[in-house]
Amino acid sequence: MNALFFANVSASYGARPILSGVTASFKSGAVTAIVGPNGAGKTTLFRTALGIVPSDGMIRVLDNDLKNWSREDLARTIAYLPQGSDTHWPITARRLVALGRLPHRKSFAPATAADDIAVADALDRCEACEFADRAIDELSAGERARVLLARALATGAPILMADEPAAHLDPAHQLSLMRLLKDEARRGTAVLVTLHDLALASRYCHEILVLEQGTVAAQGPADQALDDATLARVFGIRALRVREGEGSAVLAWTAL
Amino acid sequence: MHGTAAKEIKRIRFAGDERSSARATFALLVIALLLASFSFFLGPSNIAPADLVSGLFSGHGAAGVIAREIRLPRALLALFVGAALGASGAALQGLFRNPLAEPGITGVTSSAGLGAVIALYFGLATISAAVLPACAVTGALVSAGILYLLSRAGAGVMALVLAGVAIASLATALTALALSLAPNPYAMSEMVLWMMGSLKDRTLSDLVFAVPLTVIGVALLVSAARGLDALTLGEEAAHSLGIDVGKVRRRVVFGVALATGAATAAAGAVSFVGLVVPHLLRPFYGYEPARLILPSALGGAALIALADIIVRFADPSEQLRLGVFTALLGAPFFLWLILRLRRDA
Repeated sequence: MNALFFANVSASYGARPILSGVTASFKSGAVTAIVGPNGAGKTTLFRTALGIVPSDGMIRVLDNDLKNWSREDLARTIAYLPQGSDTHWPITARRLVALGRLPHRKSFAPATAADDIAVADALDRCEACEFADRAIDELSAGERARVLLARALATGAPILMADEPAAHLDPAHQLSLMRLLKDEARRGTAVLVTLHDLALASRYCHEILVLEQGTVAAQGPADQALDDATLARVFGIRALRVREGEGSAVLAWTAL
Repeated sequence: MHGTAAKEIKRIRFAGDERSSARATFALLVIALLLASFSFFLGPSNIAPADLVSGLFSGHGAAGVIAREIRLPRALLALFVGAALGASGAALQGLFRNPLAEPGITGVTSSAGLGAVIALYFGLATISAAVLPACAVTGALVSAGILYLLSRAGAGVMALVLAGVAIASLATALTALALSLAPNPYAMSEMVLWMMGSLKDRTLSDLVFAVPLTVIGVALLVSAARGLDALTLGEEAAHSLGIDVGKVRRRVVFGVALATGAATAAAGAVSFVGLVVPHLLRPFYGYEPARLILPSALGGAALIALADIIVRFADPSEQLRLGVFTALLGAPFFLWLILRLRRDA
């Protein structure tokens, strides 16, 4: 089933068009990487599905038109991890993760046992239990990235959107983050992730959507979506293809 | 090494779990009520506390008049003015995600003072007793509205603080101008009240408007609390968690305008309470903006009650104004806070 479906979606900031006629689908149980040069519209694609940026065309979330979704239901269905993910107060990691339960909680109602379990489970899956009670500003970048991902997972939404979660992470943390996203997809979640690193995208993601100046340049498995012609046209690069065991990756090699 | 360990222990002790937070809130309530009771027994006339209490209930004699008309309004107003300012500070800090936001610094207090001065010295206040607080709330609303528009346009916190400086200067200048132009010959000499704040000579009629406006204002702020927690993660994350960020902004701006307007109509411009109180209480509530609003109201109430006691002890003729006293403490605190934030960054 398609968890998320965009049909001829266009969006603009003022007079500047960002997305034009994007048609794409995202499956449950799969990680889809959204790649493209800066300004291709990757983040805007997320914003249209969240209703932050108005759009033309049709967006279907779990086979229901976005227009029919209430704010609260949508919040329980799409978990969003924005880029950068600053946190503004030094709250503890556990309390930060608990914010992911807000869509399930009524105003002024205390956290239920289900909330506590979801928070503990998300911390556990992200291997963040050991620093759960430390203030977020005392954590390293890698630890903080895991806590922020746990916050998004705690919502228990069937769709997860992560915007550049691998930026600013060292290689080991990038790999462990991608593994966590893949684990989440294995549980049936539709995972959408924007990435700049084509190697991470091709190595870990089931599908790749290539955006070019607000339009879809290609969508499919890595070896199809990231073929030599697309890499040359969209990114202006030539890439190496690395194979190791069952896996393979695209490695940006020279700028054209 | 020692410093880090000490910091760690402090963190653990102040981790802000629900039970210790509840104890802290209860302690604040008790302290505020004790200070208000003490304030009630403090005054220039030498009446025995027992006579004051019996006067309060009976309403008979000089003790009754003093208890009901002078002491009780002053003690209660201190609580409500402090609660309004403390809660407003906590909510503004949550909304702007910065510990430097405060009704005084953002110019809301001086704008409310301007509204009050216009109502008072141009005879509008004689139309109805409701006009003075209405004008103060309107003044507060105008400046809070400017801040709202700036924050909606994506202005950073420093821009907001600077805008607050400009708004406060403009409101102070207009207040001075209004008082120069006012037909009332005593206007200039009373200007000090509005620019420097005081609880001297308040009556029950001041309470009649201050209490409901403060209660409604703080209730609006509390209703926005959940959204303020979500805003810890930034606006887009808050939106994705089902929070209507625009609604949260509007509630905070209206709540702050009502509460600060009411406080200023009753006591004149009293600054820095909304800065100091939430900052001191934050570690006891796990740094979460939502949990901080009501305790900041109680802490503000206690602080104003205490300050109002100190200004009377320091000088029984009350040449030391309440607002001057809070600024003498608050402004250095503000500078220290800026230095500390720069060092941490």
